[in-house]
Amino acid sequence: MSALEKSPETAGRAPLMTLGGVSQVFHTKAGPIRAVDNINLSVNPGEVLCLVGESGSGKTTAARMAAGLARPSSGEVAFEGTDIWALKRDDFTNFRRSVQYVHQDPYASLNPTRTIQQTITAPLLKHGVVKSKKAAAERAVELLTKVDLTPAENYLSKYPHQLSGGQRQRVAVARALTLDPKLIIADESTSMLDVSIRISVLAMLGRLRDDLGVGFLFITHDLAIAKYFGWHGKTAVMYLGRIVEFGPTPKIINAPTHPYTRALIDAIPEPDPDLTKTKGRESLRSLEIPSLAHLPSGCTFHPRCPLFEDGLCDGAVPELVTIRSGQSAACHVVARDGVAALDDEARSDEPRA
Amino acid sequence: MTEATIPVTSIGTTGVSRFAGILSSLRRSPAGFIGFVVVLLLVLVSAIGPFFAPDIAPNVKEILLPAGSPGHLLGTDNEGKDVLAQMIGGGRTVIFVGFFAAAISTAIAIVLGSLAAYLGGWVDSAVVTVADVFLTVPPIILLAVLGAFFKLDSPILLALLVGVLSWPVLTRAVRAQVLSLKEREFVEAARLLDLGTVRVVFVEILPNMASFILMNFMIGVTNAIYQLVGFYLLGLAPLSGANWGIMLNRAWIAGAIFNDASLAWILSPIVAIILLQLGLVMMTRSLEEILNPRLRDR
Repeated sequence: MSALEKSPETAGRAPLMTLGGVSQVFHTKAGPIRAVDNINLSVNPGEVLCLVGESGSGKTTAARMAAGLARPSSGEVAFEGTDIWALKRDDFTNFRRSVQYVHQDPYASLNPTRTIQQTITAPLLKHGVVKSKKAAAERAVELLTKVDLTPAENYLSKYPHQLSGGQRQRVAVARALTLDPKLIIADESTSMLDVSIRISVLAMLGRLRDDLGVGFLFITHDLAIAKYFGWHGKTAVMYLGRIVEFGPTPKIINAPTHPYTRALIDAIPEPDPDLTKTKGRESLRSLEIPSLAHLPSGCTFHPRCPLFEDGLCDGAVPELVTIRSGQSAACHVVARDGVAALDDEARSDEPRA
Repeated sequence: MTEATIPVTSIGTTGVSRFAGILSSLRRSPAGFIGFVVVLLLVLVSAIGPFFAPDIAPNVKEILLPAGSPGHLLGTDNEGKDVLAQMIGGGRTVIFVGFFAAAISTAIAIVLGSLAAYLGGWVDSAVVTVADVFLTVPPIILLAVLGAFFKLDSPILLALLVGVLSWPVLTRAVRAQVLSLKEREFVEAARLLDLGTVRVVFVEILPNMASFILMNFMIGVTNAIYQLVGFYLLGLAPLSGANWGIMLNRAWIAGAIFNDASLAWILSPIVAIILLQLGLVMMTRSLEEILNPRLRDR
């Protein structure tokens, strides 16, 4: 938390959305599952915050809480400074319109029985953004053009099943833009698209970010995409429901401080196979991801961590502390020894890798 | 801006092309088309036929004529009334009650089932409990009791009774469907756009189960027809006028089944009812294609 508030860029502006000490616990037969455990995040207007993590790390749950789709078990989700679950009906409506969500699967997020025109004009007409059906159709054309679906008129009468995945995802983005949102939560929005399409959709999203000044909470499991889309923003790395590292994206990518982030980055293959073979790898002690129902004690990464120290790491849960300016990590060893700990370990690992 | 000049009418489908689309969908499935034609013929004959058919008057000189008698293609009944003329005039009530009752029960089921599933909580519990209570009451016995107290001679009243008694099964089916549909992402997207409960339920969710509802509506029509006919067959409604159910009752009471000459009398309403039911069921197949945009374009 402290790291967020102290960073100089955020000091002047009030954050658009803040997740303060937010947790989500699902009660199952196997016992309580802490999908998200006490995370702190904030997104400023027009800023990009990337949430990176592997499957089951709680990033989607965090996004759903930010969107107001799920109520946190504890903690506060605040939009423009007020807890969204304490809002009056009118204010909640305002919040609803200001925060939009782009789902992962464009095959499920568009209603198969509605044409593109119906899908896009429904919110425009419902909220009185436009006065007539004709004006709504015109606005739909504008929005479709904005997401690079041209000529837009050709798409209006189409049904989702007549479009490709990339085209559908663009429609989903156009729909998210209908109410002029201040924040778009993109939940793995490009992960289901072909690689060739992915880049153009990302470029389109990037243009919206720059032209419209929309804030993004960008969720991805792919650090390359976080790097591409969120270079000027911040990145939070999640592991088993907790944020393990937070900082400006370039620092996270180029100089990660948490051993988990390092492992993630080292796992990215290089285009040159020789380079990939000889690349110094963080060697994890285990490749198994622990079950959320039976989390390891202390630092949940300790059974896999190369820096594991008996008695230290499996004791207390590490706090997210500032390692160097603007960059914080939740690791006992790094917090004690500084970044030097990582370099020692990497060197000693080299012969083995 | 150039895009703004696109006339909106050219974007949506016009009424004519939509109708043509429905016709071509109907033709695509032969079984469905045959069913459609059979139902259409029966409805037309029942609606218009009585204006052209001879009067159904008792005639003591022509009692129990066999089928194929001159002037009486399907013979006459035990009062000398022409069977064919009764057949033509007897479909109206049956078809009307069938569709009207099914419309009532389907409407109730859609509204209660989808709201129960979407809203959950006490609304859901209340609807499910009331549906369960209704399900425990055997309709034919309730109708028998009601028939003893009220004069059930109006088709509208009969349709209301049958309709109001047969909603619980479909309500539970609709509820189950909506429970699964409401978790779909496009419903979540609609909620995020704050489109309102009524709109989300009836515009976003329901069209996705249109063919399911239509199929159940058709099953509702067939069930209502069987209930009505069974009602008449058991003599629980006043036997005034002429319809297939009353014909069946009178032919059965008169022992027509034991008499070769009157076989056409008792078989005619049975065949008519079977044809109507078969036509309805076959037609449902094609209607499914019309309502599902995915199937439509193939």
